[in-house]
Amino acid sequence: MALKASQLTVGETHTARIVEDLKRTQIVQYAGASGDYNPLHTDEVFTTKVAGYPSVFAHGMLTMGMTGKMLTDYVGDARLTKYGVRFTSQVWPGDTLEATATVKAVNGDLVELDVSTRNQDGVEVLSGYAEARVDP
Amino acid sequence: MAAKRFPIEAGHIMMFARSVGDDNKVYYDEDYAKTTEARGIIAPPTFPQSSAQFDPDYFLRPKVGQPWFGSGKNPTGIQRASGGGGGGGGGGGGGLHAEQHFEYHRHIRPGDVLTATVKPGKTWEKEGRRSGKLIFSESITEYRDQNGELVITARGVGVRTERPVDQPAASKSEKAEA
Repeated sequence: MALKASQLTVGETHTARIVEDLKRTQIVQYAGASGDYNPLHTDEVFTTKVAGYPSVFAHGMLTMGMTGKMLTDYVGDARLTKYGVRFTSQVWPGDTLEATATVKAVNGDLVELDVSTRNQDGVEVLSGYAEARVDP
Repeated sequence: MAAKRFPIEAGHIMMFARSVGDDNKVYYDEDYAKTTEARGIIAPPTFPQSSAQFDPDYFLRPKVGQPWFGSGKNPTGIQRASGGGGGGGGGGGGGLHAEQHFEYHRHIRPGDVLTATVKPGKTWEKEGRRSGKLIFSESITEYRDQNGELVITARGVGVRTERPVDQPAASKSEKAEA
């Protein structure tokens, strides 16, 4: 179910809802799996009383990881060659995120994609790019 | 500060995939994965970040016998001078992750044993509207496999802020005292 270069059009998009009502428990799961135990992501007391944020917030890498599912579901397993992002806004518990890949260019057996993830208010939380191998 | 030995393990990949909400069986079901183009279990794209688990000095993991800046009896386990933002990457105006980039030379799978080497990159400054002066610093991590082949190149950018990032008015009112 890999993409075919001959069937891709510049500007076409693929969108997926990557999380609905993000739970603190999922952030805890990500902390445990990734090894990033920064209390800013899981420790409400520290984050509100010491760090001065309104609540814990997701690791940027959790948003990048969830956005990665949209990408690999779209381009197929073991097809990504590049994936890079900037974290443009924080992601909070309760957020619902949609991630979009837009075809930017097709060069031979590679597709270049623009990647963007937005929250329920339309605010972009992640902005980036990916490149993947495609079939002819 | 890097993982000298980062063994890629199937159970770790499964837990990582779950944590990012990815139920693709290519990350946990060996029989299924064999039937796919990946020809076996592979790691999800952002999995290399979990090499932190194998970095003995990783500063965002509590360590036996050492103070930890998260809450316990008190809101933080570390006393710090007021206004001295930073600390262990958190704190009032500490470090945040600004960018992350990966290049995949091949996809990693259980049984691989990677070695990470980290090189510092550029450093630059910017004036931010919501958090004062921003200091960015880049680091490049090269992951090589058991045969010495470069498998993944990662580039991370961290940013340190003068103060916590301002929040939109709605959530700001709930903000606790810093």
